[in-house]
Parts: sequence; structure tokens; C-alpha cells
Amino acid sequence: MSSSLASVAYLGAAILFILSLGGLSNPESSRRGNLYGIIGMTLAVIATIVGPRVAAGGIPWIVGALVIGGGLGLYAAKTVKMTQMPELVALMHSLVGLAACLVGFASYVDTSIQFSGAEKAIHEVEIYVGILIGAVTFSGSLIAFGKLNGKIGGKPLLLPARHWLNLTALLVVVWFGREFLNAHDVQSGMTPLIVMTVIALLFGIHMVMAIGGADMPVVVSMLNSYSGWAAAATGFMLNNDLLIVTGALVGSSGAILSYIMCNAMNRNFISVIAGGFGSGAGKPAAKADGAAAEPQGEVVPVLAHETAELLRDAKSVIIVPGYGMAVAQAQHTVNEITKTLRDKGVTVRFGIHPVAGRMPGHMNVLLAEAKVPYDIVLEMDEINDDFGDTDVAMVIGANDIVNPAAQDDPTSPIAGMPVLEVWKARTSIVMKRSMASGYAGVDNPLFYKDNNRMLFGDAKKMLDEVLVALKA
Amino acid sequence: MQTGDSALTPQRIGVPREVFPGEKRVATVPDVVTKLVKLGFSVVIERGAGELADLSDEAYVEAGASIAPGAAELWNGCDIVFKVRPPTADEVALMHAGQTLIGFVWPAQNPELMQQLAAKKVTVLSIDALPRTLSRAQKMDALTSMAGVSGYRAVVEAANAFGRFFNGQITAAGKVPPAKVFIAGAGVAGLAAIGAAASLGAIVRANDTRAEVADQVVSLGGEFVKVDYEEEGSGGGGYAKVMSEGFQAAQREMYAQQAKECDIIITTALIPGKPAPRLITAEMVRSMKPGSVIVDMAAEQGGNCELTEPGKAVVKHGVTIVGYTDLASRMARQSSTLYGTNLFRLAEELCKTKDGVINVNMQDDAIRGLTVIKDGEITWPAPPLAPAAPKPAAKPAAAVVEKKGGHGHGSTGPMSVKTLAVVFGVGALVFWAIGAAAPAAFLGHFTVFVLACFIGYMVVWNVTPALHTPLMSVTNAISSIIVIGALVQILPPEAGSNGRPDQLIQWLAFAGIVLTAVNMFGGFAVTRRMLAMFRK
Repeated sequence: MSSSLASVAYLGAAILFILSLGGLSNPESSRRGNLYGIIGMTLAVIATIVGPRVAAGGIPWIVGALVIGGGLGLYAAKTVKMTQMPELVALMHSLVGLAACLVGFASYVDTSIQFSGAEKAIHEVEIYVGILIGAVTFSGSLIAFGKLNGKIGGKPLLLPARHWLNLTALLVVVWFGREFLNAHDVQSGMTPLIVMTVIALLFGIHMVMAIGGADMPVVVSMLNSYSGWAAAATGFMLNNDLLIVTGALVGSSGAILSYIMCNAMNRNFISVIAGGFGSGAGKPAAKADGAAAEPQGEVVPVLAHETAELLRDAKSVIIVPGYGMAVAQAQHTVNEITKTLRDKGVTVRFGIHPVAGRMPGHMNVLLAEAKVPYDIVLEMDEINDDFGDTDVAMVIGANDIVNPAAQDDPTSPIAGMPVLEVWKARTSIVMKRSMASGYAGVDNPLFYKDNNRMLFGDAKKMLDEVLVALKA
Repeated sequence: MQTGDSALTPQRIGVPREVFPGEKRVATVPDVVTKLVKLGFSVVIERGAGELADLSDEAYVEAGASIAPGAAELWNGCDIVFKVRPPTADEVALMHAGQTLIGFVWPAQNPELMQQLAAKKVTVLSIDALPRTLSRAQKMDALTSMAGVSGYRAVVEAANAFGRFFNGQITAAGKVPPAKVFIAGAGVAGLAAIGAAASLGAIVRANDTRAEVADQVVSLGGEFVKVDYEEEGSGGGGYAKVMSEGFQAAQREMYAQQAKECDIIITTALIPGKPAPRLITAEMVRSMKPGSVIVDMAAEQGGNCELTEPGKAVVKHGVTIVGYTDLASRMARQSSTLYGTNLFRLAEELCKTKDGVINVNMQDDAIRGLTVIKDGEITWPAPPLAPAAPKPAAKPAAAVVEKKGGHGHGSTGPMSVKTLAVVFGVGALVFWAIGAAAPAAFLGHFTVFVLACFIGYMVVWNVTPALHTPLMSVTNAISSIIVIGALVQILPPEAGSNGRPDQLIQWLAFAGIVLTAVNMFGGFAVTRRMLAMFRK
């Protein structure tokens, strides 16, 4: 295949990738969108293999690598539980990051193509930046993976003077970048490159370690964005427009998701993208204020069968799931309850907060897995006005996203965060393991409201009991 | 009685027949008996206790109760007595030391009864003394449940005495206008009346001195009529207070107006510890249309209407004025069920151990308030509760929070001109710098890159939030396009030339392909799996 034909094939692949993302605008067209993505990828890979840049002798190597990697990937995709999706996605981001690093190093040691002058400088900057982003993505995603599956504690690790630490790291990286550009041959350039890689890896670790469990949606989508930029940088390095286009698509997609997540938590987008996390430092102080303004009143506990009674007597019910539902793997029971109630003529809908769970859209996937019809699963903005006309709002393992303090208490650390207004329902039921406060460490005045009931216990176990009582 | 020996044997709850003339209610119903038995109590019912509420002795026995042939046997043979009305002197005589009585006692109105009960060394929990502001106490609030029944019944009585339809109808014979109902006082009874009248199809208006109930009135299908005068009428504890002279004048004017317009007036205005306020004067009654109805739910406290005769329905100036004082008892089965449930909730609070033995815990705010006599010692009135939880922060804060989650395009509105100018300025500078320094080949790629970012931006904003997780996994799969970088390195035509470390590059590229292949196959497969789950 000539190089022009390969370029045209790349163009086709780029178009298919764009269509693939476009298909996700609604669930019906999304399956076709995924298919477009697969076709695009196949097209790109085949065009490259039969193209002018791969000699015939390389094909066995390529096939071998694809079989090994593909087998692992398919196995992982088949066995992963939907509740583990965030972990899988984080792990996959790390793979992209690592691959970008490897390609960057391989490209640097490749002496067969010679550049000179400004072209050489640009090529080397591209390598340097590509490896930098790749390394940060790799280590950051690994840490995110560890945090998401609980191998690393969810608590943020806040080193003293960590902003200065990051700044120093940045300066060192820039200084070694200059060294790298001034290097005359591969050997002398290698040292600054490796030093930079190590710093980038440490920076990635440090950046994600400083973030707590519930900020994970931002981190995961940010790393998604980084993995895209890494691909784009590789594209510049290799003069390949398809990589640039695809990297830019993925990068902007991740950036938009992070932006949405930040908005949903009322955090500053710029500070998160830069890895600054400025608001993190303010948190412990704000926590002390929160304790001072601790709400007072009675908490009314209920039992599972009373919950079932409330649900049965309701005309309309809104269920607000949170990370607790994912942890307890309760989505199937939730679906059973939904079905039972719907059969009894109760209107059941779901209200999903953008940051519920550990990655964007996490709750939607879990509910879809449990076969909850997606047309009753609504976004926060779609459903928030309806709580006033709702008899029962049931909160399953969520806390901060239903905290009225975000609206009424300007001193609260989560003030201004958009929340689901469950307290406007006639009765709200909160399922929780204990009275412990949520991720933000803020007490939740919802629990003390007159029309709120608390159902304590493991979400799965309690919901099973509710289901039994409902069916009785 | 609550300690020592009785801790071993479950206690027995007795429910006597109400002896007050005309009282049809009974303090428990068979459904509740089952629940009481589950709490560990045994229950005994006086023969015929539920008869007037259409509850047969057999039904009680079936639910697990035993039957006592007469009052004396019942009072003698139980540890706890559930009653509706305050006990008569005869009933007090049947009580024995250590017994517990639960029911309406009205300690303020019945000081003599209190003395008699105290002399008997009994414990008395007066359900009307419940601290109603405690949210935990709502499930035991019998005053509320009885008021709700009365409000409903008031509408039924009004409909009965009223010679027309409540709802407007268009029949072959002509058009019938809907009845206009005015409800004075939107407490529990008033709200129940609003709901009942509205669901019969009438046009319902209501008024209350407490402005905060306006929303509740509207939510039940009524229209809130304001008094044209500024004053807040909440008297604490959710009750109304006496209003100023100016307000009352304005209120009278409003009532006079409503009397002329409406067909039915239901009055529920009560102020605790005071005679009922006179809202409807004889003059207003005269101004009403013939055939109109007034139901005065405050008849027992003197009536809201000047012409009310407590306990009777009378016709004056062509207007039927219903002054029944036993509205709840007129729906005996319903009110007994609710009352029985209230007492069951109280029993639950008293018997947290579920072993059939009550514990009158004076540390508990709700139980402390209810307990008017403890082991022969008068403990009424209870000390006031600690002030209720302060309202969390003032409302103005709500203004801070107008920030909306930005789904969909443009939800944050266009940027201000100033920001826009800065963005364009910075953009122009960056472009100038790149254009000045970079070679042509780079610029080609750069153009592609910037345009692709914009396409990505446009496309991704269209993605529905429900599919954000599939979006991430598919972009993840797509980002394994890096594989091309590894593919072109594994064995390019230039291999071997110019001192290229082929071996090293080949292995690096091989590892790169393996990693990206995991991503590629895994990412697409898991996306497929996820998307297949989204169904209607």
C-alpha cells in the first residue's frame, strides 16, 4: 500500500472515531458508535501494517503482540464486574501512558531518521513532552487504580509544602529539558530524559495521592484527558495526523468530563487540571467550622418493613443511588424493588448526581447492568424540580450529594455544590451504614429533618429485607 | 410494677369499653392487637368494646386478644389500660396501685380527676400532653390523627346538610356551578377538610393567621385567602396566637366577604387554653345564601360562630349550623384504627426491649411530656423542652448557590466581553509565537491538532451524561491508536541503517503493542458489554 493510500485510510479512521463519539449522544445510537470505533481502529492498524512503514518481517511480531495483548484485554473485559469499572478504566489509562513512554524512548533512540535545526529541536521537544505526559498518566493512573480498588487508602496524602514540591519538580523538568535539547548524541541526552521520566512518575504518584476517594471522578476523567494528550504528543513526534486527531478527541473529551465533574462539585477546573488542588488545603480548616455548626435535632430510624410500607403507600418514588450502592453491590435488588413497585402502579424514577460514584456515569452503568430501563434514570437537572411532588425519596449510600447545607449554609465546605433536593419530597429515607459523615467530612442536616427517616445497615441486606417485605 | 417481679412476666394491656355517652371509639383495633402481641404484650378486651366501631369480639380474639366479660374483670386483670376518653369516677375506682393508664386525660381541664388518679398510686400517660414539636413524637400524635378524621367528617356533614352537588357539572338539564367552601383555620383538621372538600370537586378557600401554611393549603387544592393586614400569627409550637385589634378588624371584613360568597363555611380556629375566637357573627350568618351550611368544629370550646349550639345541628336564618362535638367518634372505625396505631407507637417507645414490659423512662423528652402522673405523683406540667434545633442558617445564603451543574452547551451562558478579549489576546500571542518559530511541517500538524480539539469539544458536549462511563471506556480504547507509533517502529524499511539499535527498539515497540492491544480489545469489548445493558 502506498503512503497516500495509508493516509487516506487514516483519514477514514479519524472520521469513524468522530462518529463513534458522536454516537454516544443517546443509548440507541451508542452501540453503532462503538462499532464505528472498532472499524476505525481495525482500518488504522491494517493500513499501518500493510503500509510502507512496516517491513514484512515485522508482521509476526505484530501479530504475536496483538494476540497476547488482545487476549488479556478481552479476558479483563469479560470478567470485570460493573462495580469495578472505574478501576479497569484507570488501569487502562496507565497502559496508554506506559505505551506512550515506550514509543517515546524508542523514537529517541532511533537514529535512522535525522533532523536538523528547528525541526530537530521540535522533534526532541515532542519526545520530551510525550514521555512526560505518558509517565504522569502511567503512575497517576496506577495510583488511581490502587485507590479505587482499595489497595491504597482513600484518604488524601497531603505532604507539607506540596505545592512548592510540585513547582520544584516543574522547574527541574524544564531545566533538564534544556539539557536534553543541548545534548549532542543519544547517550548524553539519555540521562536528562531518564531523570525527567523519574520525576514525572513521582509527580504522577504525588498528584493522585493528594486526592481523596470522592474526588476520583475528576481524577479519572483528568487522566483520561492526559492519556489523550499523550497520544497527541506521540502523533507530533511521529508526524502522524491520525494520532494527533485521535489524541485531541480523547484529550478534549476527558477535559470536558473533568470540567463537568468539577462543576458538579463546585470546584475550580483550572486548579484541578493543573494538579493544583488548591481547595484541598482549605478543607481541614473548613471542617472545623462544620463541626461548630453541627445540626441538632432528632434522627428517626426506621426498619426495613416500615420502609417497605412507606414505598408501597407512595404514588411516586425517586431513588438516589450513591457510591454506597456500588460498594454493597445492591443494584440488582434495587431493580427488583423498582420492578415490584412499578407493577403496583408506583412511579419510580432515579435521580443521578454527576459525581455519584467513582467515575462519570458510574451509577448509570450499574443501573443499566441491573436492567433498570434507562428512560427512568434521570440526571440531576432533569429531576430536581420534581422532588416537591414526590412521596418518597430513597437515598442509597449517598451523603454529600444530598446535603442541604450546600444550599443553606454559606460556611459549609460544600456550599454552592449543586445537590439533589431530596428533602423536598414528602418523606425521604436515607440508607446508610452509620451516622458517619460523608467524604467532605460535613455533617448532613438532612438526617435531622422532620420528614427524613434513617434506615441503618448494609445497603444490600437492608434492600433485600425491604424487597421481601414489599412482596409479602 | 415496672421493676422486679414483673420484668419476668409480660404485661397485660386491657382495653375497656368506652362508657362516655355517644362515644363509639375504642382504644385499639384487631390489626393493632397483632402488633402489640408481637411486642410481647398480652391483650385483653372488654366484651363488646369495639361493637360501635364495627369491630367484633371474634376479630379481636382472632388477632390474639382475650375477652373479659365485664369492666370490673378487665380493670382488675391488667397492668396497662388503653382508653380514649378520660376515666369516669367509677372507672378510677376500679384501678389499682401500680397500674398504668394511657389515653386522653386533659390534665388542665380535669384537676379533680388528676387528684383521684394520684390517690390511686397509678401512672398516667396523657396522650394529649405529648410534646408535639418533637418530630419523633409525630407518630404518636393522637390529637393530630383525631383532628384529621374530624376535618374529613366535617366536610361529610356539610355535604349531607347541603342540598347541592359539591362539584360543578354540566348535565343535559343544565349547568350546575361548583359549591364554594371556605375553611377558617388551616391546622390539621382544616387541612384535612380542604383536601376532602377539594376532592369532592368544590372550590375551596382557606385562611389562617399563620402565613406559613399558605403553601400547604395550595398543595391540597385550596386557595389561600390573605387578610389585608401585616402581622405574623405563629404562637410557637405550631399553634396560633391571639391577634391584634387591627388585624382582627381586617379579618372580620374578610370573613364577612367570604360569608356572602361561599356556600359552606367550616371553622376550625382554636387557640390553646383560650375560648375559641368568634369569627362568624350573627350578621354574617344572615348575609349567607339560604341553604348554606356552617360546620363549627370549635363548638366544644364555645364555637367560632356566634349562633352555634354545641352538640347539635340547628337551622338559623336559613343556614344550617352544625355544632357536633363528636365528629371523630362519628367515624369510629377510622378514628379507632388511627388512635390504636398512635397508642401502639407509644407502646413501642415504652417497650424498646420488645419483651412486653414497659419502661416509663423520664429521661426521654417525649415520654416525660406524656407522663402526667408517675406512681401516684403528679408530674404535670412537664418542664419545657430544650429549645428546638435552631433553623440552619438564614435563607439569603441560597443566593450564593445559583451555580448550576453545566450539562449541555451554553448552560453557563456566554463569557463576558472582557474575558473573551483576554482569551483572544492570549490565543493570538501563542499563535504568533508558534508561527514565528515553527517550521512549516509542524504547522500542518498543529492545524490538525487544534481543529481536532474543537471537533472533540463539539462532539463530546452532545454525549448524554448517562453514557459518560462508556464514553470514557471508548475514548480509552481509541487512545490505544498509539499502537501505530509502535507499529511503525517495530521493523521500518530503514531498519539497520545509520547505527539504529534495532533489537532494543523492536522490544520496546513489541511491549508497546502488547500494552495498547490490551487497551484496544479490552476497551472496545467492555464498552460493548456496557452499552448492551442500556435498554428501555
